[in-house]
Amino acid sequence: MFPTPIERTTVPTRVVYRVALFVLLILWLLPMVAILVTSVRGNADIISGNYWGWPTEFKMFQNYAEVFNPARSPMLQYFINSVIITLPSVFMAIFFSAMAGYTLAIHRFRGRILLYAMFIAGNFVPFQILMIPVRTLFANLDLLDTLWALIIFHTSFQIGFATFFLRNFIADLPMALVESARIEGATEMGVFFRVIMPLIRPALASLGVLLFTFIWNDFFWALTLVQSDAARPITFGLQALRGQWSISWNLIAAGSVIAAIPSVVVFFVLQRQFIAGLTFGGVKE
Amino acid sequence: MKKDTEYRWLRLQFTLAPVYFLAPAFLLFAVFVLWPVVQSIWISFHEWSGFGEMTWVGLQNYRELFSDPDFHISLANNIRWLVLMLLAPVGGLFIALFLNQNVRGIRMIKSLFFFPFVINLVVIGLIFSWFYNPDLGLLAAVFRAFGAKPIPILANEHLATYGIILANLWPQTAYCMILYLTGLTSMNAQVIEAGRIDGAFGWTMLWNVVLPQLRGATFIAVVVTVIGALRSFDLIAIMTSGGPWGSSNVLAYMMYQESLFNFRMGYGASIAVILFLIMTVFITFFLRSVVQNER
Repeated sequence: MFPTPIERTTVPTRVVYRVALFVLLILWLLPMVAILVTSVRGNADIISGNYWGWPTEFKMFQNYAEVFNPARSPMLQYFINSVIITLPSVFMAIFFSAMAGYTLAIHRFRGRILLYAMFIAGNFVPFQILMIPVRTLFANLDLLDTLWALIIFHTSFQIGFATFFLRNFIADLPMALVESARIEGATEMGVFFRVIMPLIRPALASLGVLLFTFIWNDFFWALTLVQSDAARPITFGLQALRGQWSISWNLIAAGSVIAAIPSVVVFFVLQRQFIAGLTFGGVKE
Repeated sequence: MKKDTEYRWLRLQFTLAPVYFLAPAFLLFAVFVLWPVVQSIWISFHEWSGFGEMTWVGLQNYRELFSDPDFHISLANNIRWLVLMLLAPVGGLFIALFLNQNVRGIRMIKSLFFFPFVINLVVIGLIFSWFYNPDLGLLAAVFRAFGAKPIPILANEHLATYGIILANLWPQTAYCMILYLTGLTSMNAQVIEAGRIDGAFGWTMLWNVVLPQLRGATFIAVVVTVIGALRSFDLIAIMTSGGPWGSSNVLAYMMYQESLFNFRMGYGASIAVILFLIMTVFITFFLRSVVQNER
């Protein structure tokens, strides 16, 4: 293990290490702590400029209720929009990519390396280059400013990364399983659904949480493909509400916490899958 | 006879399988990602407001671009982003080394260190704008505590870009840290012990024994950081909108402004194409390593 394990060092070093660990953690998370604390502050603190001291009153319920009250702000609508956009996109991107990844990994046909390279390259493209044609296309389909535009686009764009990810995972599976299923008379569809899909379940979970955060956190496409409240996801919504709330930093903070919570929860619940996904299944050497 | 049809059916399945397995993914990807790249390149040779006819202008957009001072500022800022964001892999490595211990609660601490990465950039942008706010921000409070006058970072044309980059370093460092932590945990302990016996320690050990083993993590960390730096858009849109006076603009945001605010689609597309060409260098670099692994 590197660096030297702390339990092999002297007592003072160990104490210093623990203190340093704690201090660094607090500093590192300071922005998050600040926003959490601000989200429960009352208006008195905001008016008197007490942003960094101990809150004089706790208005957690009032602030969050205010943010979520449909009569006062469209935040709830934005939140629901984000859910409606994110979940189907994640599922479709994963499903289509699993199919593509399967064939790219198992079947030997001409041009497969080229196709594979195309998925990877497309995933790395600076996506701003897609903006004008994609907007025009959705405008022609009469889908601009609808949830459909975001669902279809996110599904399509994430296919690049997802195919790359799943193809690698499937290529590492033992081929013998596929062969024996074939000998027993399974069709290729059968192999895919009954052999491959169950085996790649951990990879699907990792990929799912990753795509969830990518899509949930998207701002650029929300900004360029939709305008109305009916289709705005929470990232864009939060930015828009900032003007409306102007200096009510407690509300902005509460809105930010709400916008951040789903990906944070997904991360903490499915942490192991998340990290496995992020490191491309454990950073192969 | 029956055997023969069965065999043919199998053959047919093998030829057709790639087609139908690839069809949905490929069609979507081609229509919404690959083809738009080609279209953008085509649009960049035209003058177009987004409505009606496009007028062919050849390389006019590019000529204008190279003499546009805003373009020079944006390009320079993109280079600043690119260089300074590379502090994220470095910082990530050191935090990972610091956290790579077996003390109680370390798992939780590691995830807490990681968690800025899952927060969306809109929220991060809001938090940092607020930190930098010269009236009510924490930074201002620190300045006042030392009796100094707070500097309005985001309203200062020389500092705005650096302020935004710092905000972006926070989640990106967390990401690199987790890559290195995974690399460190899966590292061959025997090699380290052998290094110790050979008298390597501290920097020597890090440089000669540990880092070579972390090559995979470094590769991914650098590639992802570089791509993120070139794509940077969200924080600029949220924190400064490219201001003050365009001083914190980057290519991605300039492209957005030119096309959607000034209705100059052709000009916007040409900016995107330049960004794409810069990125191509890195994409090629990455693809080469992936394809080589295939061989």
